Amino acid sequence: MYLGIVKGTVVAERKASGLEGQKILLVQPVDEHQKAVGDLQAAIDTVQAGEGDLVYLVGSREAALACDPWFVPVDAAIVGIVDGVST
Amino acid sequence: MRQCRVVGPIWAAVKHPAFAGKTLMVVQPIDAEGKDVGASFVAIDRAQAGAGDTVIVLTEGTGIRQILQQGDIVPIRSAIVGIVDAVDVPK
Repeated sequence: MYLGIVKGTVVAERKASGLEGQKILLVQPVDEHQKAVGDLQAAIDTVQAGEGDLVYLVGSREAALACDPWFVPVDAAIVGIVDGVST
Repeated sequence: MRQCRVVGPIWAAVKHPAFAGKTLMVVQPIDAEGKDVGASFVAIDRAQAGAGDTVIVLTEGTGIRQILQQGDIVPIRSAIVGIVDAVDVPK
């Protein structure tokens, strides 16, 4: 899992089956000091996150397991909204 | 598994139900000398680790599902599974 900051919303009318009704957000992965790490990515949102929120995500196959239905072509999912990081 | 240093805990009130009651830690991968390697990431804590501890982190989903025994649909990919007391690297 990794931290990220929500930068925006992705709208896609035509999607693979299983992704209907799923919210897709644009996320910048960050480190514990909220410094950008790597490139922007699109992630499925499972927790009703909003723009500017610090969130944590799960990647790879486990991202699909966060979705309902879970057998979907997804490799990044937001699974929590972070209230605080102790460093 | 990877050797990491625990940076500290994170708090999240709103989260996927699979994370209920689990402690989340930011961990930083390190090399044999304790030097940072690559980017930090987030792991659940299965070893009562604290900030500054050197730990072993499992980063593979199937192994996590086996230790958690919460069924097959658990969106968790990394867990602290041990606290390192010493590392011996013969020269």
